[in-house]
Amino acid sequence: MTTKLFGERVPRVEDARLVTGNGRFLDDLGHDALEAAFVRSPHAHARILDIDVSDALDVDGLVAIYTYEDLDGRAGEHLPLLIPHPTLTHGRTQHALAAEEVNHVGEAIAMVVATSRYVAEDAAARIRVEYDFLPAVIGVEAAREAADLVHEDVPGNVAAHMVQQTGDADAAIDAAAHVLELDLEIERSASMPLEGKGVLARWDADDESLLVHTSTQTSTSVRQAIAAKLGLPVDRVEVVTPDVGGGFGVKIVHPWPEELLVPWAAIRLGRPVKWTEDRREHFVSSAHERGQLHHVRVGYDDDGVLAGLSVRFWHDNGAYIPYGLIVPIITSTQLLGPYKPGVYRVEFDSLYTNTVIVTPYRGAGRPQGCFVMERVMDAIAAERGLDRTVVRRRNFIAPDEMPYDQGLVFQDGRPLVYDSGDFPASLDKLKELVGWDDFTAYRDRARAQGRTVGIGLACYVEGTGVGPYEGGHLRVETDGTVVVSTGLTSQGQGHQTMLAQIVADELGVPFERVRVTTGDTRRFKYAVGTFASRTAVMSGSAVALTARRVREKALAIAAQALEVDATDLEVVDGHVQVKGSPSSQIDLGAVAVLSNPLRYAFDEAAARATQFAAPADPDRPPIEAGERPGLEGTEYYSPPRSTFANGMHAVVVETDADTAEIKVLRYCVVHDCGTLINPMIVEGQIHGGVAQGVGGALYERMEYAPDGQLLNASFMDFLMPYATEVPEIEIDHLVTPSPLNPLGVKGAGEAGVIPGAAAIASAIEDAEGITITRMPISPSELFELRRARKDSA
Amino acid sequence: MKPAAFAYHRPRSLAEALDVLAELGADGKVLAGGQSLVPLMSMRLSSPAALVDVNHVPGLDTVEVDQDTVRVGALARHTRVEHDEAAYAAAPLLRQALQLVAHPTIRNRGTSVGSLVHADPASELPAVLCLLDGHVTLRTADGSRDVAAEHFFRGPMECDLRPGELAVSATFRRPAAGSRTAFVEVARRHGDYAICGVGAVVSPDGAARVALVGVGDGPALVRLTDAEDTGRTRSLVDAAIEPEADIHASADYRRHLAHVLVRRCLDEARAA
Amino acid sequence: MSDVLVEVSFSVNGAPYDLEVPARRLLSDVLRHDLLLTGTHVGCEHGVCGACTVLLDGAPVRACLIFAVSLDGSAITTTEGCRAPDGGMGPVQRAFHECHALQCGFCTPGFVTTVTDYLRHHPAPSREEAREAIAGNLCRCTGYQNIVAAVQRAAELVEGERP
Repeated sequence: MTTKLFGERVPRVEDARLVTGNGRFLDDLGHDALEAAFVRSPHAHARILDIDVSDALDVDGLVAIYTYEDLDGRAGEHLPLLIPHPTLTHGRTQHALAAEEVNHVGEAIAMVVATSRYVAEDAAARIRVEYDFLPAVIGVEAAREAADLVHEDVPGNVAAHMVQQTGDADAAIDAAAHVLELDLEIERSASMPLEGKGVLARWDADDESLLVHTSTQTSTSVRQAIAAKLGLPVDRVEVVTPDVGGGFGVKIVHPWPEELLVPWAAIRLGRPVKWTEDRREHFVSSAHERGQLHHVRVGYDDDGVLAGLSVRFWHDNGAYIPYGLIVPIITSTQLLGPYKPGVYRVEFDSLYTNTVIVTPYRGAGRPQGCFVMERVMDAIAAERGLDRTVVRRRNFIAPDEMPYDQGLVFQDGRPLVYDSGDFPASLDKLKELVGWDDFTAYRDRARAQGRTVGIGLACYVEGTGVGPYEGGHLRVETDGTVVVSTGLTSQGQGHQTMLAQIVADELGVPFERVRVTTGDTRRFKYAVGTFASRTAVMSGSAVALTARRVREKALAIAAQALEVDATDLEVVDGHVQVKGSPSSQIDLGAVAVLSNPLRYAFDEAAARATQFAAPADPDRPPIEAGERPGLEGTEYYSPPRSTFANGMHAVVVETDADTAEIKVLRYCVVHDCGTLINPMIVEGQIHGGVAQGVGGALYERMEYAPDGQLLNASFMDFLMPYATEVPEIEIDHLVTPSPLNPLGVKGAGEAGVIPGAAAIASAIEDAEGITITRMPISPSELFELRRARKDSA
Repeated sequence: MKPAAFAYHRPRSLAEALDVLAELGADGKVLAGGQSLVPLMSMRLSSPAALVDVNHVPGLDTVEVDQDTVRVGALARHTRVEHDEAAYAAAPLLRQALQLVAHPTIRNRGTSVGSLVHADPASELPAVLCLLDGHVTLRTADGSRDVAAEHFFRGPMECDLRPGELAVSATFRRPAAGSRTAFVEVARRHGDYAICGVGAVVSPDGAARVALVGVGDGPALVRLTDAEDTGRTRSLVDAAIEPEADIHASADYRRHLAHVLVRRCLDEARAA
Repeated sequence: MSDVLVEVSFSVNGAPYDLEVPARRLLSDVLRHDLLLTGTHVGCEHGVCGACTVLLDGAPVRACLIFAVSLDGSAITTTEGCRAPDGGMGPVQRAFHECHALQCGFCTPGFVTTVTDYLRHHPAPSREEAREAIAGNLCRCTGYQNIVAAVQRAAELVEGERP
């Protein structure tokens, strides 16, 4: 008897290969390939005067050196601006290899192909580039001031200026009983997966086709981009995602220069070419995120209820803007969290700087927005002398106000409408979990021991499962195996397991018979990609719909074969059987045989379906109009808009009175992602997100020098937390199913990271009595804040 | 990040190693643990023309304890020294400091003598060498010399090692019977280089010596005849250190930590 | 200068190898690309992330910080060498699977070898000890909680396999 798997902690099918060292990550492939390395700009802003490769030419093992001049056809064009927007009036993207100007340390200038990476780096080291230095624009303030420009034809360094508002916020604020102004800052960090990027390309000259493996979050889009830029028919290009060692957003950008250049070189050279990004390259030539400066005005009444909120912010988008305005748009809209803001106005400038590009990193602008809103809530609570949970509760959208239209346009171009959520219930659970009401007593006991502790919280809302769509394909093979594919990709989220659970339940087959493929354009061609916490919602729903469709077909065929009504049948353990009379059954594999009327039998099972063997109505065609051979189906899921998950985190910190070290003593999470498909996987996602949140709050920051050098371009100095820096995480779930998809699920991938900086800032402020307006914070910075307070006292 | 090519030498005896080093002169660099050297080479920040790999030279991995000293051979890995019970009994400060060096995996390959030669101002062992009146023995094909701790560390990443020389051992003097020691540090993450670290030897008569790391060009040794006088301790420590700012900490914070950690280290040593 | 090949002999997971490789070739690259043992992964090439951790004569070391030619006469164990005799999951690997202690799997080989050695010396770690034991390896996916649990679960499975 098949046990229901949906909602169960099913161990992962991915593990067998990954944990034994049998994974196939990009660099594990293509041992016969030539290898590429790049000459990258050591300067933040410069004009290229000359590239002299002469000293590199006699390096033993060198195969080719390419610069911009060599890029023919569309390969020499600017990289695409992936997400245009009417307000993105000054979008600029780079060339795959720099043409005349470099705009950040790390920008690719020349590609070297050689027999090994060692040799390629030898040759690259001998290439001499002559530069004319230009002033580097580093940091939001410098960009805003615009004493110097990143791009000469972009006035004020402003890529875009956007305003969204629901009314006259300034008037509402001015009319309010109380007004506060805050200046807040979040600094740059990055996704930083343990595996960097990588591309392997093989050109088959006989077949005139290109096979590309790339460590990406969107193989279908990379395929389109490569076909377009290399002038190849789309159906002659296939892109396969291998095992991917983490993405966290950085691998959604495409096409990276290398994703075009490596295939381009493979075609020219007639040999496979591989590029594996090293860690330093990843620091200076992939993407960062999080850097923003905010100025906030808020008006509220005596009870702390918001009357109006006006947010003005400046977003650092780096040297180019291929991914458009997604991050600041998400900040603008998701800043509102679970609250009714009164009248809301948000205005931002997206600014160029001579630094690495900024594209989504888990949370994608929400951590910044959450930080702003939650600091506002804490500030109001402090000013009013109210408990911080009381102020929040008073501003919550109530469950019976769902669906709630915030009156803004979201990152998917659709109205920002919250479909579900019970914020008061989530808050109750959180207070219970962390012991909010007992904290004063706890703090007093700690103080008696000479210890300084504080508690903080932060709430957020996350629009997940953005469209436009995802699809699923399912085929039952004649041996009973169920082959499933979806076009989006996996980077460790357990998609193969999660989707197999759905199929096993919906179709009625043993879990072990289901094999899922993701991210392979040979198997599924229409997809968007993995980002924005959308897989369970989008591919999960699509796969569920597909399984239901195939089940229907199986019942129809089996009904004919068993000579019963389809409504009398059920599918259990991979058999179609008569309800209440299980001995009358037919295996799904046999149904698959029957679904494909044959002229030729290639084995004994197939003989059952040949034209003389099966009983057939001689007046009906073997395949009815509108039907297809095979027990398979393809379905798509395309929702009208995102579905809204939410969560709340509470943190207890201890600060050292002498060393100013900050320790997280407790980290509590209440999380609502609708129905849970695999709670084990969801919790794993939360743990990972929380670790990144702690990292972003206390350790991680990209340190750019004024001249544009990235000072901490290594794991020695870019401080990602080890196990000793991440606390134990306590989780409680609330389930408000999504009304927008057949499974009732919401996305869970990013949740853990969103409120980290906000909750920790809140707790430190509670412990120290010092206002925290900027994150991350280090012990040295806390020391300086303490000193400043002492000096001003 | 792959290193540039180099000429490779794999001597099978100390004599052979010294001969090769003599021949290579300034072109030759010793490869022992490699935990500091190899990443520098991979990043191409250091590209020595030749490496003399001493990992196959027998007899260099000893830890010898006699009634006055603990002598650590060139190839004694940190882990070996850390876990040597005789060394711990003779000079507990070694283990106390070594437990703070990076992570166990790095300690399994890195050598204590190598760490001394590397002379990173944030590293722990140079401080231990100073506190325990130690010296480094340097050999060439022609002879040998001992350099005392106070003369060995010349500046950040710089020590008194001449071309053609191999540091064959480091000798630490056992502190006086009844001495108590401790080593404390503050780092950003577990295993990171210290923002500030302090080692202390408290003598039976109450006098103390402390050595601070991460707050100057090398270990700063301070003698506290009366460690109880906190005011005097503060001024002595202040005079001995020259902390600098970097991306992890301001100079003032480092200075502040120096005072906090001197006090904590002395307290911990006394409680030992 | 171009690469002169140097002879070196060592065993990997019990199998002997006589190789001729450039002196500058890192152990991580020899394992992965010359011996095709791609289980060991490279995350940083400066010794910090730990994904390349292998056992050298039983003790964990960073394969990215060692030139292969330095290991003449040594015995190396990789994550492949931590499998069960039939090629399936060994006890530490099984513990990681049971505890959902891996997501993308890229850092996992370094943890498996580290934990394998750790449990030989500390067969029954407490939760704090388990966390300390893995404090030299980076993971970006799991937040470490399940890895800590896996260390303790592995201790049970290893104990269970003891004859």
